[in-house]
Amino acid sequence: MLIAVAIAVDGLGFAAWLFLSSVGLTLIYGVMRILNIAHGGFYALGAYSSAWAIGLYTQTGNTIALTYLIIPVAALVAGVVAGLLIERGILRFMYGRDEVLMVLVTYAIFLILEDVTKLIWGTESYVSYQPAYWLGTIDVFGIPYTVYKFMIIGVALLVGLTLLIVLNKTRTGKLLLVVIEDREVSSALGINVALFFTVTFVVGATLGALGGALAAPEISVSPGISADIIIMAFAVIVIGGMGSIGGAMIGALIVGLARAASVHLYPPAELFSIYLVMAAVLAVKPYGLFALAEGRKI
Amino acid sequence: MIRNLDRTEITLLAGIPFLIACGLLLPQWVVNYIQVSLGTGLVALGVMIQMRAGLVSFGQGLYFCIGGYTAGLAGKFFGISDIFVLLLMGIATSVVISGVLGILIRRYREIFFAMLTMAVSMILFGMLSSSEELGSTDGFNLLPPTYLGWSPEGEVATFTLYIATVLPAIFCAIVLNRYLRSPMGYVNEAIRENELRVEYLGTSAHQAVHITYMIAAAVSSIGGVLWALSLGHVDPEMTNWTTSGQFVFVAILSGTGSIIAPLVGTFLLEILRVYAVDISPNTWQMILGTVMLLIIIFLPKGLWSLVERKRNPKQPKQPEPSAKVPGE
Repeated sequence: MLIAVAIAVDGLGFAAWLFLSSVGLTLIYGVMRILNIAHGGFYALGAYSSAWAIGLYTQTGNTIALTYLIIPVAALVAGVVAGLLIERGILRFMYGRDEVLMVLVTYAIFLILEDVTKLIWGTESYVSYQPAYWLGTIDVFGIPYTVYKFMIIGVALLVGLTLLIVLNKTRTGKLLLVVIEDREVSSALGINVALFFTVTFVVGATLGALGGALAAPEISVSPGISADIIIMAFAVIVIGGMGSIGGAMIGALIVGLARAASVHLYPPAELFSIYLVMAAVLAVKPYGLFALAEGRKI
Repeated sequence: MIRNLDRTEITLLAGIPFLIACGLLLPQWVVNYIQVSLGTGLVALGVMIQMRAGLVSFGQGLYFCIGGYTAGLAGKFFGISDIFVLLLMGIATSVVISGVLGILIRRYREIFFAMLTMAVSMILFGMLSSSEELGSTDGFNLLPPTYLGWSPEGEVATFTLYIATVLPAIFCAIVLNRYLRSPMGYVNEAIRENELRVEYLGTSAHQAVHITYMIAAAVSSIGGVLWALSLGHVDPEMTNWTTSGQFVFVAILSGTGSIIAPLVGTFLLEILRVYAVDISPNTWQMILGTVMLLIIIFLPKGLWSLVERKRNPKQPKQPEPSAKVPGE
């Protein structure tokens, strides 16, 4: 029983973090058909800028409460700056190229971002635990959990619901769905597709940075986190069906619970349980759980 | 015999005395890089022949690692150090594993093929990283190779291993060249162009993909064995997705125009990396990424298109379909 609760809560916390880190990836893929490896770089940028800003702020000795404001601001700045630079500076010259070639382009950007973070913040690791502990802990069936963990779960739900509502209920969102459906026709109907691409990319980048910024207080921010997160984010969006927001939620839940279960039941399996689940899901549903079937071309 | 050889094969055969001369004349560190990049170059070749069918494997490191670990484990647990036995074991293991996995993987195309191959390679990465008896993430060392009972020492050993790397690598390249020019090889290109039509013509696309997948696996595994013997060490990083990403990188940058391209491309990448690390140790990835972007923008058909252009200066557009980037 105790283990079941631990798996459930840990799994949920893990799923929330995964969802925040991967929803931007699925959004960008859905709209732009770019599997963006550089997303891991956005995550790292968010994590570094938030950990660094929190570190600077806590040295002043003021109340910790304000760090909860620093986290989203850091993510916003990192995501918007990096997203705009990359979309306007590099990607817009590449649209229309082969999907797999775009993966390679973003891989190149990923390598560049990796070193940019090293140049800005150095190679030592940053620890900014203050926001995670300031809110204290609560006991769930006798196991203490930080309130911060539940806060992240809340934020993940909020982000997911907001995205779903914006996409399905607002005019902008509906136009975006049209762009996803058919790029050329929507462009012919007078929709500014280029603008939608830029905005989507920047929003996706900011979401990735937010995932990193929120995770920063719970992890040690060091080089290499970008490669770790992107591979898990791939698993999440592939399981859910690439381009589907709801799919990313389910994918994050599945991956989160799978990892929590292996951590508690059989720790050596932690590293590969995720990919095992991913391979198993793909074996049954080749295009993920929520992907739309695509017609074959003759 | 000679008449049956095409231009690529003659170049490859001429490469043998050339590479041996390099081994005798060039400084040892260059020779080491040639040797190492012949190993990884074979894996890039494996990626490249799948690319002919329009399939991009983001998990070719799996078979690279299987080759390396087969050689390592055979030495560790059975004391086998004979290079011929190790190569055969590497091929056998990878053929069996790819034969089984291929049943699943051959159904996937495009980005899903890339993701699934990556997932499988990451499963192996996770398993190896968490197995204490195999040294976890540190890996373990290999026995020095022997040749049919002969175990050379010192400089002779280094040079023998170099020759023993050059010969299988060239042999694999020639076999692959033959394969691409065989009917089955052309089916691969047809699959890239239009899979449904291939099936209407009465050929099983699944079967062709499966065979290509297994051949790529065997070649990558040979590369893994040779690479591991050259370094004398294996670790799980061989099957990490970043390693596989570099193979794809080399295959795309070199272009799918010729078998020789990935081998040369790997060596150039290795040299670029060495210089980049030398010039600025903290930003070598940035240099690598920038070069990558520049090549993708300015040479969309890969570095090999430079060679092709020189050969046919009057034809700016390549008539040969094989020079195409996948999916173009």
